[in-house]
Amino acid sequence: MTIATTDRVPIELVRGRGGGGPASTRTVVAYGFWIFIISDIAMFSALFAAYAVLSGRTAGGLTGRELIDLRHVFIETVCLLVSSYTCGLGALSAERGQRERYLVFAAFTFVLGAAFLFVEISDFVGMVRVGAGPWRSAYLSAFFTLVGMHGAHVTGGLLWLAYMVAQVIAKGLRPHVLRRLLCFSLFWHALDIVWVGVFTLVYLKGAR
Amino acid sequence: MLGRLSWAAIPLYQPLPLYAMGVVGIIILAVLGVITRKGWWPYLWREWLTSVDHKRIGVMYLILALVMLLRGYSDAIMMRSQQAIAIGGAQGYLPPDHYDQIFSSHGTIMIFLVAMPFVVGLMNFVVPLQLGSRDVAFPVLNSVSFWLTASAALLINVSLVIGSFARTGWMGYPPLSELAFSPDEGVDYYLWLLQISGIGTLFAGINMVTTIIKLRAPGMTYFRMPIFCWSALTSSILIVVAFPILTATFVMLLLDRYVGMHFFTNDAGGNMMVYVNLFWAWGHPEVYILILPAFGVFSEVIATFSGKALFSYRSMVFALLAICVLSFMVWLHHFFTMGASADVNAFFGIMSMIIGVPTGVKVFNWLFTLYEGRVVFRTPLLFSIGFMVTFVIGGLTGVLLAVPPVDYVLHNSVFLVAHFHNVIIGGVIFGALAGYNYWFPKAFGFTLDERWGKASFGCWFVGFWLAFGPLYVLGLMGMTRRLQNIADPSWRPLLWVAELGAIIIFLGIVCQAVQLYVSIRTRESHRDLTGDPWRTGRTLEWATSSPPPPYNFAVLPRVETIDAFWEMKRRGLTAAEPVYETIQMPRNSPIGFVIAFFAVATGFALIWYIWWIAILGLLAILVTVMVFGWSENREREIPANEMARMERARLGLGRPA
Amino acid sequence: MNGDDRLYDRTPGVEHQESRASVESYTVGLGLALLLTIASFVVSQTNLLWPPGVPAGLIVLALAQIGVHLVFFLHIGFGPDSTNNVLALAFGVLVVFLVIAGAVGIMANLNYMMPMPR
Repeated sequence: MTIATTDRVPIELVRGRGGGGPASTRTVVAYGFWIFIISDIAMFSALFAAYAVLSGRTAGGLTGRELIDLRHVFIETVCLLVSSYTCGLGALSAERGQRERYLVFAAFTFVLGAAFLFVEISDFVGMVRVGAGPWRSAYLSAFFTLVGMHGAHVTGGLLWLAYMVAQVIAKGLRPHVLRRLLCFSLFWHALDIVWVGVFTLVYLKGAR
Repeated sequence: MLGRLSWAAIPLYQPLPLYAMGVVGIIILAVLGVITRKGWWPYLWREWLTSVDHKRIGVMYLILALVMLLRGYSDAIMMRSQQAIAIGGAQGYLPPDHYDQIFSSHGTIMIFLVAMPFVVGLMNFVVPLQLGSRDVAFPVLNSVSFWLTASAALLINVSLVIGSFARTGWMGYPPLSELAFSPDEGVDYYLWLLQISGIGTLFAGINMVTTIIKLRAPGMTYFRMPIFCWSALTSSILIVVAFPILTATFVMLLLDRYVGMHFFTNDAGGNMMVYVNLFWAWGHPEVYILILPAFGVFSEVIATFSGKALFSYRSMVFALLAICVLSFMVWLHHFFTMGASADVNAFFGIMSMIIGVPTGVKVFNWLFTLYEGRVVFRTPLLFSIGFMVTFVIGGLTGVLLAVPPVDYVLHNSVFLVAHFHNVIIGGVIFGALAGYNYWFPKAFGFTLDERWGKASFGCWFVGFWLAFGPLYVLGLMGMTRRLQNIADPSWRPLLWVAELGAIIIFLGIVCQAVQLYVSIRTRESHRDLTGDPWRTGRTLEWATSSPPPPYNFAVLPRVETIDAFWEMKRRGLTAAEPVYETIQMPRNSPIGFVIAFFAVATGFALIWYIWWIAILGLLAILVTVMVFGWSENREREIPANEMARMERARLGLGRPA
Repeated sequence: MNGDDRLYDRTPGVEHQESRASVESYTVGLGLALLLTIASFVVSQTNLLWPPGVPAGLIVLALAQIGVHLVFFLHIGFGPDSTNNVLALAFGVLVVFLVIAGAVGIMANLNYMMPMPR
């Protein structure tokens, strides 16, 4: 899928100033995905901005203080954080060619991510049940969209993880599979970074 | 079964759309008929539709842009004509409902389906060649990007035939664009087609940034990179961080319309200014996304046709970087009149003036490049000089508008319309046409006819000033934008001059069409046999043949200076044959076309509330991506002796293998 | 096909460039992040921090935790070969700041000039 090629390049060319010639496929793929992550962060920033502006506009409906259960938020946060940890350990195992260990860590990552989603979705359902759905007020629209967009990314990530596990089982830890695992790790860690912003701004601040 | 789609959606009782439909339909059927009769489908599929070659994709982007220019221009001439006729008590020929759709589709088409594809297409074609690379970083993603943009173009043309388009203007401000005031499918067409093309553009931006940062030829440090690549880099960086803001904003408006949320509604706490603020946080970087590559084109063209290196390359680079950063600090100037305090307005007004400074630096550098050069007045250079005159004036009117008290008088008048057409036509379109004329021989192996090129420039330049000069005056006289009916008859003479200008622009487009036709017919007499048709090419794309082989460079060039090809010519090209190596090239892939097909289906289904097709379409895209992700063998190897054979045949060398 | 650029080109998250103490890196990161998370919850729900300073405190803790993620999980470094990654991140952060702070500031200004009914 990528076009990174290089003829053998003597080291004395200007490597330090970016003159080293085309990079390896792995570097190209990882950098390209890093740029995609930056763009995704920019997308979230617009949703954060809308939330920050609209967070007070509850139109007589329920407020954050009345709706947010911080115990659930703590559970979600720990689940996602530990899943980031297991994702990282999985990446290390994959790089070292340890297929079974990778699969174990991938399973933990999946289960923890699924637990996060379970708590989040049940919270959403509960909110809708008490009449605090996203169509009730601007605050709730912004809440559901920002948190929901993050949740949608987590869902997509879990689908991707399942697909990657299938690839590892079927093809083994070959270079192109490893490159994709690298991209997945970047994605999963970035989601945890976005969650730090979400739980701080939406939940901790919103519950006050 | 079919959502809210019904036979009533087809405008059988409205003559104008019906005729337009008829004409376009006949043309499309004729083209498809010719292709079928001549048996060109296998060739088209193999060589173009499934191609992942950046050169092919770049050409397809340009074809899309030029075709959509015709549709966008048709909207323009219809508006001009309506305003020339419907003065005083006269009603004109376009009812307000149509007129509103026409100015909305005019803006949407020209920005997203003409200017963006033109700019992205030029970057696609030129940048890997200038960098000494074999392709962009992600060739299959490149194909997906193009086909998603083409999908959006298809959807906006479908809106002419099935249903109607948005009546909100190209910006889609709520609350007018909310369900309460625009319940029909028009705004949904607008939102979905822009989401689809937005994803394509974002991927193109990511691709270009990665290519420029990671795939330059050995020895090409950042400050040995051609200036066009710097402009492509800064423009692509802006794409990467700005387009997601638009995506998020449209997601919020779509949620308001489809789920009944209250981001921008009048009730339940919604706030329309959140939309306006976020839209322009994207919108201002967008205009720099469009103009920076045009600046790059002018830098290349002016240097080549002066026979000199670009004056002060370093300050040109820093100007590009400064514009890149500053473009995120001025966006409020698009809504000075929306009630911010004087302090806030003043801050953004001053920033908007500051951002004119780097551009001023560039203009002086272009002039100093021309000064004492051996200037050759070919068509690309004429467009560059026309740009410098036109864009500077347009920029000055921009700085004038950046003064908040002035903007209070002129906001949403045709003075504003004149200003932005001044900089977009004078900057982006002239740059696109200069780039088109400049790199055409590289793409196709023969230069474009010079006389018709000059004629097209003359018509565009004169036509532009006749069309938009009067609008500056009319704006100062109080005429607002988007008027379907003109109350004041004293404005008639100016509006008729504007109509004349629009017609002359049409002649400019006709000249381009004739230029293309004549050039193809007489192509043998102006073939480019050396790869350097202008004789004074400075950058690496001119080191390849015209057109280049699929792999661009058999051996990646070793770069030691800026203007690498000029240096190669200065030293004299070596006669020794290089040592060929085995290379990998990506195979063609139908995935771009397939994803686009499902994207059109999904978009159309979402617009018309046909939920089952929408879900199936999304699943189909997911399955396509998963199938593609599972496939192996996506590259083919070209062994060294095969490379040697191809290169010898291409260069006409008689040595035995 | 692969250039030998391991020593010259670092990419965020890539594992083989790290020293052998990588499990340590993740574990330290996890520990710090957990501490910062708990601190955020405590700060927001108790009076440990002077109440008017709580929003600022939360922001500082969040930024610190994001930093922990970037350094310990994504291995964003500061060597010359990480420059491209850091620059991309820095520009992204600048844009995020401008978008969020700009929106909040501008909308607050508009609300002040033209108050809307709640």
